Amino acid sequence: MFDIQKIRKDFPILDQQVYGKPLVYLDNGATTQKPQVVLETLERLYDRENGNVHRGGHHLSVITTEHYEAARETVRQFIHAAHTHEIIFTHGTTSSINAVAFSFGEKYVRAGDEILVTEMEHHANIVPWQMLCERKGASLKVIPINEAGELRLETLETLITEKTRLLAVTQVSNVLGTVNPVKEIVEIAHRHDVPVLVDGAQGIQHEITDVTDMDCDFYVFSGHKIYGPTGIGVLYGKEKWLEVMPPYQGGGDMIKKVTFEKTVYEDLPLKFEAGTMNYIGAIGLAAALDYLRDLGLENIMAWEQELLDYATARLKEVPELKIYGNASHKTAILSFLIGDLHHSDVGTLLDKLGVAVRTGHHCAQPLCDHYGIAGTVRASFTFYNTKEEADRLFNSLLRIIEMLK
Amino acid sequence: MSIQDIQEEIVEEFSVYDDWMDKYNYLIELGKDLPPIDPKYKTDQYLIEGCTSRVWLHAGLDREGKMVLTADSDAIITRGIIALLIRVFSGHTPEEVKNADTAFLDRIGLQEHLSPTRANGLASMVRQIRMYAVALSAQK
Ligand SMILES: Cc1ncc(COP(=O)(O)O)c(C=O)c1O
Repeated sequence: MFDIQKIRKDFPILDQQVYGKPLVYLDNGATTQKPQVVLETLERLYDRENGNVHRGGHHLSVITTEHYEAARETVRQFIHAAHTHEIIFTHGTTSSINAVAFSFGEKYVRAGDEILVTEMEHHANIVPWQMLCERKGASLKVIPINEAGELRLETLETLITEKTRLLAVTQVSNVLGTVNPVKEIVEIAHRHDVPVLVDGAQGIQHEITDVTDMDCDFYVFSGHKIYGPTGIGVLYGKEKWLEVMPPYQGGGDMIKKVTFEKTVYEDLPLKFEAGTMNYIGAIGLAAALDYLRDLGLENIMAWEQELLDYATARLKEVPELKIYGNASHKTAILSFLIGDLHHSDVGTLLDKLGVAVRTGHHCAQPLCDHYGIAGTVRASFTFYNTKEEADRLFNSLLRIIEMLK
Repeated sequence: MSIQDIQEEIVEEFSVYDDWMDKYNYLIELGKDLPPIDPKYKTDQYLIEGCTSRVWLHAGLDREGKMVLTADSDAIITRGIIALLIRVFSGHTPEEVKNADTAFLDRIGLQEHLSPTRANGLASMVRQIRMYAVALSAQK
């Protein structure tokens, strides 16, 4: 049984008023709130247990290092990776993708090569590849979507050529909520020896993720979108790639031996973790993952599906409201426009009514171009949201339409 | 009325609304009543950079040498904000506009209640009006 009222107590931030109205937080796609256990972990670390990792032989450094390496193992278990040393900590999804674009790109991408992305990618999964293409004289190719907001997979076989070096695809669209069949995509790509990077920023917190079963080559996500701290992220890479890829940043902690003539790099994972990492963030992230595991991702998914169905039905009652993203398999993201009302007007007024949503292009301008729109209003639900909050959204929209008409 | 007096008048009008929804309601009504811009000015050349919505702004001089501002936006709240700016600045000489402050925006609480992107857009609009004033006073 999913006791929503009990769960909401774990998130003290939800219980507050904005502009004198109870907060309805529906911007979970942008960032998620943190459960009490994560906050307590961070406080305890700074309060009692802070020492730089892998450096000192003293007590504090030793226990922080233990927690940090335990966090790596927690992440491994959460995404079902084969080895703990395949888990690299970064600053977030964006920095993970950039790391692969630099490191993998440096080694494997040449002039005339191709990188394949999709039309529904976040800018974070477009721009680093574009920059790589510019450096190398390679080109970017795009897998298109259909009207419902699903990838047109039938185009994949023709888009992949012998020049394709990598396919980068999002697990879940941050605008449409579409859950992509990543396992199937990986299978097709691998048939052509093309490795696949999966952007898990919007997927990891809503879908059971098993990178071994999915067989992707790289999987990336951000801590702050999965109820963990900001400034921490993960890059999972298959050992066979990480072993041969060059480090993309040099500095302390990533070396075995340094002389002015030559430096010998550390083994995985430290080879890719130059400088002092956000170890407190990593340990906080592990606390968030433990929290989710205890709640049970199946339970979370069931409740989010119920919320999605309920909220979708309510929004469909709103006159002239059009939902963007009607994939058969989607997460609880609802992007919409109402008649010819501007998304920023709707967002501004929702805010004043206590309902937090995001408006605009959501860092996915090519996707908005596909639909010929400048942006949408996006309500992104998660497991701590309630049906009453969906009602608040619905009633607020009716009031706003009345005002703007 | 001087620019300063008009600003006082607007502050006065807004002071009767204690709820933010009422203030926005008022802005929306102003936005709906904004006189249309000549379609020939609704082009990229007159578009202001840095707004959450698209804003077109044109300024010219009437026979008495007073500035005439017209504008439009695809977002209605933005149109309401523009309507306020036009009410304050249109019908004054470029010199007056150049030297005027926009303290009323703070005093009605608009500035702080806009999202950072909208506040940026507002700043861009004010900057554009001042640039028009500078250009038009040089032209005279
Ligand atoms: C699908 C997707 N990819 C990448 C990102 C970038 O994540 P971050 O800003 O945490 O690096 C986001 C965040 O909005 C996202 O939704």
